[in-house]
This record gives sequence, structure tokens and C-alpha cells, in this order.
Amino acid sequence: MGDPGSLAAWLIVLPLVWGSSSFVFFGKQAAWTAIAGLAVQTALSFHLAAILMESGPGVHRVGGWGAPLGIDLAVDGLSAALLILTQTVTLTLAIYARTYFLHDESKYRHFWSLTGFLIAGMNALFVSADLFNLYVTLEIIGLAAVGLVAMGGGVNQIAAALRYLFATLLGSGAYLLGVALIYGAYGTVSLETLTPLIANHVPRVVWFAAGLMLVGLMLKTALFPFHYWLPPAHSGAAAPVSALLSALVVKASFYLIMRLWIETFAPLNVGYAWLPASLGAAAILWGSWKAIRADRIKMLIAYSTVAQLGYLFLVFPLLPGLKAAQVIVMQIYAHGLAKAAMFAAAGVLVKATGHDTMSGLAGTAGRLPLTLFSFGLAGTTLMGLPPSSGFLSKWQLIDAALADGQWPLVVIVLAGGLLAAVYVFRILSFAFLLPPTNEKIAPIPRSLEWTAFVLAGASVVLGLRGVELIGLLIPWGAG
Amino acid sequence: MKRWSVILAAIALSVALILAILELGPAGIDLRLPVAENMASSGVTHPVTAVLLNFRGYDTLLEVAVLLIALFGILAVGMEPLPSLVKPADPMLQRLARFACPLVIVAGVYLLWAGAFRPGGAFQAGALLAAAIVLLHLSGLWPGWGTPSWRQRLLLSGGFAVFLAVSVAMMGFGALLEYPQAYAGLLILLIESGLTLSLAAILAGLFLFLSRDTGGNP
Amino acid sequence: MINSSLVFTITGIVLFAMGAAAVIMMNNLLRRILAFNLMGSGIFLVLVGLAQRQDAVDPVPQAMVLTGIVVAVAATALALALVRKLHALSGRLDLPRRDNG
Repeated sequence: MGDPGSLAAWLIVLPLVWGSSSFVFFGKQAAWTAIAGLAVQTALSFHLAAILMESGPGVHRVGGWGAPLGIDLAVDGLSAALLILTQTVTLTLAIYARTYFLHDESKYRHFWSLTGFLIAGMNALFVSADLFNLYVTLEIIGLAAVGLVAMGGGVNQIAAALRYLFATLLGSGAYLLGVALIYGAYGTVSLETLTPLIANHVPRVVWFAAGLMLVGLMLKTALFPFHYWLPPAHSGAAAPVSALLSALVVKASFYLIMRLWIETFAPLNVGYAWLPASLGAAAILWGSWKAIRADRIKMLIAYSTVAQLGYLFLVFPLLPGLKAAQVIVMQIYAHGLAKAAMFAAAGVLVKATGHDTMSGLAGTAGRLPLTLFSFGLAGTTLMGLPPSSGFLSKWQLIDAALADGQWPLVVIVLAGGLLAAVYVFRILSFAFLLPPTNEKIAPIPRSLEWTAFVLAGASVVLGLRGVELIGLLIPWGAG
Repeated sequence: MKRWSVILAAIALSVALILAILELGPAGIDLRLPVAENMASSGVTHPVTAVLLNFRGYDTLLEVAVLLIALFGILAVGMEPLPSLVKPADPMLQRLARFACPLVIVAGVYLLWAGAFRPGGAFQAGALLAAAIVLLHLSGLWPGWGTPSWRQRLLLSGGFAVFLAVSVAMMGFGALLEYPQAYAGLLILLIESGLTLSLAAILAGLFLFLSRDTGGNP
Repeated sequence: MINSSLVFTITGIVLFAMGAAAVIMMNNLLRRILAFNLMGSGIFLVLVGLAQRQDAVDPVPQAMVLTGIVVAVAATALALALVRKLHALSGRLDLPRRDNG
């Protein structure tokens, strides 16, 4: 139980166990088994990172065969960082969800089994080193996410889930065709075996394969202009589901894009980095604009996700390189924590006021101060105000961009920060400045407000303790 | 306008891709060699079954998880029964179904056992059994399913649980899913049997849980 | 030199392109699900056909296709359940215009 590979295997197995048991034994036990399982997984992920810092990346050969015959699990600093984020955010959201769904238990009873399998799929994706196995993990994540969006919903939710389903199936279909072409060209789908082969010789087919795979994954990550499915899906779902989707699920396919771009397809992408970067810039501008114009709280937050994902792609011209990788990981953490906090806070607001509109926020500042404070804290991360982790990631981005002479990136980053400030202040102004109406504001269980606050606080505190996170990546960046 | 751009893009992509494929040389790595070399220690004698349940068994484990997720999603969405949809029974179809189903079951069990040395295995057997159940349902002899009872849920997830348990147990000796050579065949048979029953239930469930003709069951 | 495996591969590519285009363009949800299955079949043909273009039988892509078929079945089942629910709730078989307000 001491090497990174076996720990990774346990991180995949455990959520499958509590997910299945949640399916068989419904009721209160389901939530508590999930929380217990996630707590163990969180501890395991930190333990994994600690071992990794000491002894370097690890490989787990499933079945004992080893690639290219068998499937390998490979754990390095990047995987470990994402594993830690996934377990900690999901644990917090699980505590939130247990209280959130307390009164609608029968409608949302499949939340725990679907979430268990979703987390298993994500953990499996972050450590898999086999292109076809990655396809199966992508499908696990996609179908589980669609199920979570559709759960207990009316026409709008089902329509949003269907739109998401078709987008994700198109994306994984394109990805799988790419895998088929690569297997035909090289005879293997193992990342470790492929990287030297691709560096050596690239038949024309492989260019198509790389393009198909990356475009398919961009569709799943909702990069502009493929983002059309995200706002209805993330805004229509129940608040804990929206938080999981925006904070974590979209990052899974992005991680795969990054992995393929830096390692496997490195010889192919020379000179093409401007394409994801310009799409990222468009995402920041368009997403922020639509967020400013949104008149429903969760729709605003969903469009903010579209915008914030753009930052991740903006960094591509600076890849490969340790600094750029650190920027990306810090931004993933910052956005993950902040967006989970925002959706958690929004969930509290929606539960309290009974509807999702901005005008319904009137008077909530007085009645739900902790929630609005969490919202504001999360907002500072999205805006990039010090000392939040959002500030740290944007400052590192600007630093790296200036060192490389890419000043258009700097302009976009600053513009994005200003636009984020506009939509964050929109919500705060509606909550603080509108005179309270006579509408009743329902009492909210304390734990809901506190979990949102913990997430928001973490996104700010991380900015002060960013050094440890960066240290995790150093062995990886050097390799 | 959008239609034409999509159609043109599809045609352009296919033509370019086909041309690229025609100029492709042979692949560098041939996996048939390691498969053939390691077949003796894999526990089965058919190469596809060996790949599916031993060399790349991890993929198979995850694919059963995908099926379960679809089932969870279907149950989460839910469909209310509609008593007015109950169809009158067709005696000719029912007689045919009653005649065909035992044959289908025998064929399914054979496929499960034959998977070790010719094309077959748990998925094929489970699909055949599920088809028998769906046939019975369509001819009015088997009611649709409402919310599953805990016994049904145990059956649905049992095969996956057995597979997962065996995989994890192997971690005590080596890696995940690393069967000891002497027991590989036995373990694979155990996993496949459990999977067949569960897969039959899941695949039938994908149809029957959506049916609104539950014969009076809630 | 086009042997039968390459014919499968070429057919697979054409099916994929047709299926993907149809999923993007069509409005009727049932047709889009059918198109997705067409797309999947195309991919499986490419997977097996391209790997066996030297007229050899390779078990690894065949096992991958078996896995892919199961995944496609699961996805189709979920899609059909959602379409049935949508139809039961709204009477429509296409997606309502996006409400991105």
C-alpha cells in the first residue's frame, strides 16, 4: 500500500464500492457511506502526493502485464494535484448535498450512486496511460454527469441533459475515431509506447487523429465555440450537481487535452498554440459578456465557467514549461474551489428565496450574510484580487507571458478580470442594494452556508499557501 | 447555410481521411505476438476472451460500470406507468414466445461456457438472456418493472460487485486484476457467471424500466 | 492495393461522417440517436478494418469494439430514456429553443 500506483488503484476502487452500495442500500446510509468513503479517499490522495514528492512518479501495471499488452496506470505530479482537488471538493460538496437533498430524498436518491461512479471515472481518467481506457473513463464521466443533470427534473432540465448528452457523445465519438486511427497507424494505444513512436515518424493519418481527439475533447470541455451545451446544463441542474460539473467535470477533459498536447502530440503542435489561445480569449470575452447580461443567478455563474475555462487555454502558447504548467494547475484549483463555492452559495439563495432570478435576491444580504460573504470571497478569486489563488494564477500567467513576450495575453487577462468584477458586483449589488420585498425567505440549515464558506475561504487561503502546490509539480516539470 | 457547411465539412473530412489512410504503411507494433505468447497463462484459449477478461480486463470492469451508470440514469429520470397502455394479449405471439424462450436460455448458457474457447462470453450470453426477457415482455407475459426492490438492486449490481471484489482481492498478491496463473481460468469463469446474470438483468432493465406497461405493479 | 479490410475502413469513415453530420444537423431526437449509432458503427469498422489491413486477425481491436458496443448501448439507452421522458412531459420530439437568458 505504499506506492503511488496502488494508491491510485484504491482511489478508483473505493468510489465504485460506495457508489454500488449506495444503489443497493438507499436511505440515510447512502449519504454517510459516501462521505466516509470520500474522507478516506481524500486522505489517500494526500498520502499519494507525499510519496510522490519523495520517490517520483509511479506506474501500476493492471493485470501484471504491462503496456502495450495490458493497461498501465501512471501517476505523476499533475495527476496527483488533480486527484487531491477532486477528492477534497467532492467531500465538501457531499456534506453540502446531504443536507441539501434531505427533504427531497426520493427525487434525488440516485445522486450518491451516480456521484460515486462519476468520481471513480474521474480518478481513473487522471491516472490512466492508455488511450482506449481513457475513452471508457470519458464515457463514465459523461454519462454519469448527464444522469446527474437530468435527475428529478422537468422539461428544461431534461432538454438541457439531452443537449449535454449529444455534445458529449459527439466529443467522445471524435476522440474514439482518433484512437482507432492511431491504433491502425502504430499498433498500440499505450501512451508510454506511443510517445517515442510519434516523435520518430508521423504518418498523415496521425494529424487527423490528433485533430479529431483534441476537437472532441474541446467539445467536452465547452471551449468556445463548443460551449453551447454548458449554460443550460449547469444552470438547470440541482446546485450540488452544478458545483460538481463546473468545478471538476469540465477539468477532466481539459486535463486530457493538456496531457496529449504536452506529451503525446508534442511534435505535432509546434506553431499551432495560437488556435486554442484565441479560442480561450474569445471564451473569456464572450462568456463574461453573457454573464453580465444574464438575469438568472445560476445562468450567470454557468457563463462565468465558460469564461474562466478560457484562461486555461490562454496559457497554451507558453507550454511546455514548468511555469506554464504551474499557472494552469493553480487556475484549475482557483476556479474549482471558487466555482464550487459560488454554486453552493447560489443553491442556498435559490432554496431560501424559492426562485433563481436576480431580482429575487432583494433583501437576502440581511438574512443570509454568510452566504453572500462566501459569494463575494469566491468572486475575488474569479476577479483575481490578492491574496486569493485567482490572483496568484493570473499574476503567474502575466509574469510568464511577459517573460515570453506575449503581451496580448496580458491584455486579455486584465480585461477578463475587469469583466469578472462587473458580473460579481451585479449579484452583490442586487443582494445589498435592492430594498427587501415582502417575499418570505425560508430558513436555511447552517451546514449549507458553512460548506459554501469553507470552499470560498479555501480558494482565498490557497493563494497564501500556493508554494506547496507548486512544489508538487516540480518533479513532473523536470521530466 | 449551416446545413451546407456541415455537409461540405463532412465530405471534405471523409475524402481527406480516406486519402491519408490509403497512403499508410504497416504498423510498427503487432500485438498478436504478445497475445499468442501469453495465452497459455491467461486461463482461456480464445484470444479475444483473453484480451477482454485478462490482458485488458480493466476496460471490461469499467464498461460494466458504464452500463450501471446508464441504469442509474434511467432510474433517476423515472417513468410513471400508464395503465391505459396495456396491450391485449396475442395468443399466437405468446405461444411462440413460450416456445422460444427455453431455447434462448439454453443458447445463452452455452455462449457463456463457450466463451473460453470460441467467440462468446458473458456479454453475449447476458444479451441473449435479456432478449428472451424482452420478448416475453413484448408478448405480454412479463410485466414491466417499476422501482426496483432491494433484491432486484442486488441482482443488478451483483455481477459488477463480484468482478470488483475479485479484482481488488488480486491486489493482495500483485497488481489490480493480476490473476495467479493456476487460478486464472477459474476466476474468469466465476466473474463471467456473475456478470451474465447481472448483465441479463441490466440489459433487460434498460428496456423494462422504461416500459409504462407494468401490469399493475407500482 | 485495396483489400476487403480497407473497404471496411473507408465505409467506416463515410458512416462516421454521415452520422456525425446528422447528429449536428437534425432536429428530431430519435433520428439523432440513430445517427449516433451510425457514427459508432463507423468508428468500430475503422477500428477493426484499419488494424487488419494487412489481412491479419488481431484480437485487441476486436475486444475494443466489443467494449465500444456495450458503451454505445448504454449511451443509447440513456438517450432514449431522456427522449421518452421529454416526450411524456412536453409532447415534443425535438429540443426546445435554447433559453440562455
